[in-house]
Amino acid sequence: MAGFIIRRLLQMVPMLVAIALLIFVLFSVIPGSFATGQQDEGLGLDMAVVTRMRQELGLDDPLHVRFGKYVAQLATLDLGISFRSRQPVADMIGARMWPSLILTAAAMGFAIVIGVPLGFVAALRPGSLVDLGLMIVAVSGLSLPKFWLGILLMYLFALTLGWFPSFGYGDGGLYHLTLPAIALGVSPMALLARTTRAAVLDIMNADFVRTARSKGMNEYRVVVWHVLRNALVLVLTTIGLQFGSLLGQGVVVEKLFAWPGIGSLLVDSVFQRDIPAVQGCILVISLFFLVINTSVDIAYKLIDPRIRYN
Amino acid sequence: MSGANMPLLSVEDLHISLTTDAGRFPAVEGVSFSIARGETVGLVGESGCGKSITALSIMGLLRDPLGLAGGKIKLSGQEIQNLPASQLRALRGKRIAMIFQEPMTALNPLKAVGTQIAEMFVLHQGASWREAEAKAVDALTQVKVPAPAQRAKDFPHQLSGGMRQRVMIAIALACEPDLLIADEPTTALDVTVQSEIVDLMKELCAARGTAILMISHDLGLVTDTCKRVCVMYAGRIVEQQDSERIFNSPQHPYTQGLVASLPRLGMRARHGRRRLTEIAGVVPGITSYPAGCRFHPRCTRRTEICETVVPELTALAEGSLVRCHHHG
Repeated sequence: MAGFIIRRLLQMVPMLVAIALLIFVLFSVIPGSFATGQQDEGLGLDMAVVTRMRQELGLDDPLHVRFGKYVAQLATLDLGISFRSRQPVADMIGARMWPSLILTAAAMGFAIVIGVPLGFVAALRPGSLVDLGLMIVAVSGLSLPKFWLGILLMYLFALTLGWFPSFGYGDGGLYHLTLPAIALGVSPMALLARTTRAAVLDIMNADFVRTARSKGMNEYRVVVWHVLRNALVLVLTTIGLQFGSLLGQGVVVEKLFAWPGIGSLLVDSVFQRDIPAVQGCILVISLFFLVINTSVDIAYKLIDPRIRYN
Repeated sequence: MSGANMPLLSVEDLHISLTTDAGRFPAVEGVSFSIARGETVGLVGESGCGKSITALSIMGLLRDPLGLAGGKIKLSGQEIQNLPASQLRALRGKRIAMIFQEPMTALNPLKAVGTQIAEMFVLHQGASWREAEAKAVDALTQVKVPAPAQRAKDFPHQLSGGMRQRVMIAIALACEPDLLIADEPTTALDVTVQSEIVDLMKELCAARGTAILMISHDLGLVTDTCKRVCVMYAGRIVEQQDSERIFNSPQHPYTQGLVASLPRLGMRARHGRRRLTEIAGVVPGITSYPAGCRFHPRCTRRTEICETVVPELTALAEGSLVRCHHHG
């Protein structure tokens, strides 16, 4: 098991290098540059300034030289200096990382705690009113725009009821975290409810469930002893994929609730053509995705004895 | 009926219907048979003839779109077809147990096989998990699994098909049931393993006085295993005979066709070189059963009456029954 985990972690290194290369090439071939972007305020371009900036920022070097420098930098955990704020990108991301992580984890926690049981209950009574009601909730949850849902939550729980603040990070506690976490968590919750329902329905028709019934088990035991774990294997995939992509998806909610997350840093940096910051953000988000995926693989192995990765 | 003569299981005029958007169709119609204590009875027929759902109805495990549409199922004289779910559960596994066709999918892939056997002792004997796991190892020993203590910790995918079916037998016989229903227990296994499994089942059931209802499409297997055979065709029993006689004097044209299609040892010496024959035509689907005798479109002996009138089950000598206008 330890060997398996170490192997899986080492496999992440080439993946990260490939991602770094992809991001680097992508941002080198798109038109426009930070140097010209800075002058574009109706004042006309001062070519002397542009040339100086291009030299200072090393934008004149050939692509492979720049990539070499970039990877050498990354190897020392240095993500470069932001064009715009002149701060180390690593520090900028570091400041945003914790708020982003707790928001993502809280949203995912909400999605799992609500969505998986909902899907289970719906699957145990297929075609019932409970099932119908839950699935209407699930479909609505998937189709609601996050910003609109966020505004609704603000209006109800912050303005009308006054239970939570309408925006801000505060000390990062539950008081400030709850509303943005729900706004972000509703759509993965709905997806999880649907996936869980489908997985449980699938397992309920399995031969071994018929065997369990033929043993004289009541339905409660059939579900707890035989269905739960098998369904979990199927649901885990969705949990992993949702969790991984949620970190970068938070931007709308972050903007709405003035939450200092990595998603809004990324979008701001894109608009400012702050390439080092953009690269850093994408790299960190990718790393998070890889870590989650690896964790899911490890969890699979813990749950399902059939899985071998050799 | 007095206690001594009362059959262990009697199925009387059983009807099972299949409900679809297009209406209700009779999947099983007027099936009756009985099994005495310790007796072995076979139910033979092609796939789709209703033999497996007959078994599931005895277990009370029919699920939509299939449902009981009439008839009685009696266990030791007590009607069980309308028992509340909780009382039926108490019978299942404890008095009637079942083995399924595909031992790979019939076992939970995520649980050690020992635990899956142990569940029986926890459910029906109120054993603690620790006791139950120990008993599970004993149960594995009885079904002749080598190194049972180690195998108990194995997961289904780590065992061969034959070993998995042994585990299923251990589960089914764990609580010493009165009746074992074996639904195609050897169909998914290698030929060499098949006879081992059948012999094991017979031996263990004989030792416990457990009756067997063996369901199979394989007439040879059933006659080898069982004292009596019921032949089903398209939801009805068409013939019931002792196994010893059915090969030599099949009465129903369908049974005769089945017997003629089976290769048998010594046949060439007795009758000379002959081709095996097959039954012309195909089994009708549940939604399109023909009127009258359901076998008539494929029957070489059919007359006008066969197309309209359902033949009654006729008693012959030595307790045989046949459902044919032109039997013999």
